[in-house]
Amino acid sequence: MRDVSIIGMGQTKVSEHWDKSLRQLATEAISAALSDAGLERADALYVGNMLSGEVSGQEHIAALIADFAGLRGIEAVKVEAAESSGAAALRLGYMAVASGLMDTVIVCGVEKMTDAVSSATANAALALAVDSDYETLHGLSLAALNALLMRRYMHEYGVKREDFAPFTVNAHQNAAGNPYAMFPRPVTTEAFMKAPMIAEPVSLMDSAPLADGAAAIVLCPSNKARDLTADAVRIVASAVATDSLAIHDRRDPLFLEGAYLSAQRAYQQAEAGSADMDLFEIHDAFTITAALSLEACGFAQRGQGVRLAQEGEIALEGRIPICTMGGLKARGNPAGATGVYQIVELVEQLRGQAGVNQLKGARLGMAQSIGGTGGTVITHILEAP
Amino acid sequence: MTIMKPTKEVGIVGYGAYVPRYRLPASEIARVWIEGQGGLPIKEKAVAGLDEDTVTISIEAARNALKRASIHPQEIRAVWVGSESHPYAVKPTSTVVAEAIGATPNVQAADFEFACKAGTETIQAAMGFVASGMARYALGVGADTAQGRPGDALEYTTGSGGAAYVIGPKEESLAYFEGAYSYVSDTPDFFRRSYERYPQHGSRFTGEPAYFKHVLAAGQHLMEELGYTAADYTAAVFHQPNTRFPQRAAKKLGFTPQQIEAGLLVPLVGNTYAASSMLGLTAILDEARPGDRILLVSYGSGAGSDAFSLVVTELIEERPDRVLCTRDYIARRKEIDYATYVRYRKKLRMH
Repeated sequence: MRDVSIIGMGQTKVSEHWDKSLRQLATEAISAALSDAGLERADALYVGNMLSGEVSGQEHIAALIADFAGLRGIEAVKVEAAESSGAAALRLGYMAVASGLMDTVIVCGVEKMTDAVSSATANAALALAVDSDYETLHGLSLAALNALLMRRYMHEYGVKREDFAPFTVNAHQNAAGNPYAMFPRPVTTEAFMKAPMIAEPVSLMDSAPLADGAAAIVLCPSNKARDLTADAVRIVASAVATDSLAIHDRRDPLFLEGAYLSAQRAYQQAEAGSADMDLFEIHDAFTITAALSLEACGFAQRGQGVRLAQEGEIALEGRIPICTMGGLKARGNPAGATGVYQIVELVEQLRGQAGVNQLKGARLGMAQSIGGTGGTVITHILEAP
Repeated sequence: MTIMKPTKEVGIVGYGAYVPRYRLPASEIARVWIEGQGGLPIKEKAVAGLDEDTVTISIEAARNALKRASIHPQEIRAVWVGSESHPYAVKPTSTVVAEAIGATPNVQAADFEFACKAGTETIQAAMGFVASGMARYALGVGADTAQGRPGDALEYTTGSGGAAYVIGPKEESLAYFEGAYSYVSDTPDFFRRSYERYPQHGSRFTGEPAYFKHVLAAGQHLMEELGYTAADYTAAVFHQPNTRFPQRAAKKLGFTPQQIEAGLLVPLVGNTYAASSMLGLTAILDEARPGDRILLVSYGSGAGSDAFSLVVTELIEERPDRVLCTRDYIARRKEIDYATYVRYRKKLRMH
């Protein structure tokens, strides 16, 4: 198995791109990534996307995007794992290079949420990520399911709504320094508490905003990367784990077993542990998800994830900085593309290109993307050049 | 030149407003649909009564305009009504209005349509009609009794009202036009098929790519071509689908909250659709002084914006008695509940 590195990256701003189509967004990110890598072509393209068929009426998008990106003829396949589609596409791209089958691979995550013109359509589309027969059919949306988890968590651990505010405040604080972020504006705890409810206790400020965006990276074997750039970022771990889709089938709904398994596999591959991670691009689709993820990945004890945030340990100066460029909450959540945005942001940090949010001396960065409420969890660990 | 400036100067000889007396508070709609939770886009909206429709509202507004114009109705050579709630798909509103005000039979009559800018189109047409010499006076009306789908976000704001303007020579005008401009594109943000009762809309798509794109482009372009900035204006009025949109548009064009205050009626009457910006202008004119410069920018879904730059003349001071001001109509209110509103607006299918 070959060692794999990232030699190029590109991203569009996360926004409501009313004037850009899905293929335009993807092409923009891919062009930027290829340009960054100093290449014009690749052997394969893996596209991570969740909802192209549902909201844009277009499946078969890997071939479509390859064509429009000027790469007609190469191997191209769409990969879907709900909101972790982008990370899943990276997993496949990684396997293609590591196995020796492909030399240069583009991984692109793209989502065009605004093709779902009403919020009702968008919510119904997102509910495709949870169990349709046993959850969706009974009226449970993604927000409602997370609300159930949040409420139970608050009850079990004596945590109040206000205690979740630091996740949101931290994310927005960091987004202010990210030109690609959707909401680059700080947010106060007062604003957090005044936010309208979506599914109590999950408020608008607990939920990452859905939007459009595309991010892309270029992979190649590490020994070839050395000839192309001094800035290659090694992938030292790539691990996928699954769990039941339905939260009522989980062994313990307040423990993200998928995140635990995925993180453990990744730590093993990287020959490292949670204490060795210098930053964590976490899947903060909801504040409760961020808290549970920190616990499942070993950064906090059960029920203490919120406390880690309150004590400032998740801030850029903290023990385990998360959402260093805004996270899903403030950079934005273009569903299936998010997993690749997380990787792009890790690469920015590890290369020293993170601008005002630059962490000093970061060596190992971890990214974790979650599908549904935890049915698929994909973890990658990257190493600085 | 892309702005429209008639070779002969024309203006507003008379204007009139009409707002029905019934008011449905937004809180009452929230009470019925969402147990009173959440924020409200306006305070209350004006509701047309059982015996009111776009025709009756247009007639009332037109009569007020004629009183202020002090002209004989037989001198009006065109009666144009813009609305998105004409009572008939085929049978003009304008002929009923023309006859009711005594302008028939030597009159051009037509119904205009373009969502919420159907009324301001009649003004642009009237400017051309009068300036060309084809008419001494032309009457343009914007009026609506718009319907919102029960439980939909738009139900909070769909209101009823009307505004009428007699356009004539500059020498007889209480405000004359410096120029006009229209900015139009094919943007389907809000639409209704003839066989449907309620319109469909594109949620967030109705904001940036629709309302703001057209309103800002129209306002900016007209001001630029005329060599003005927001500071040159005493007042500005925009199409008002809710309170926040016109406030945001004003800010982006450089206007202060004070400049748009007089014409911002939506919190108290709702979105009167084709009447919206035109009604706001009547409220501004009620208090205007000679020399005031006013900017008006309408917006119609589909989409487009009509912009006008006006200057008030000395003739504004001749305020005739016994014509109700817009604020009088707004103050004349009778609160109703949701059930009464459903009955008045015929939202219950009886058979």
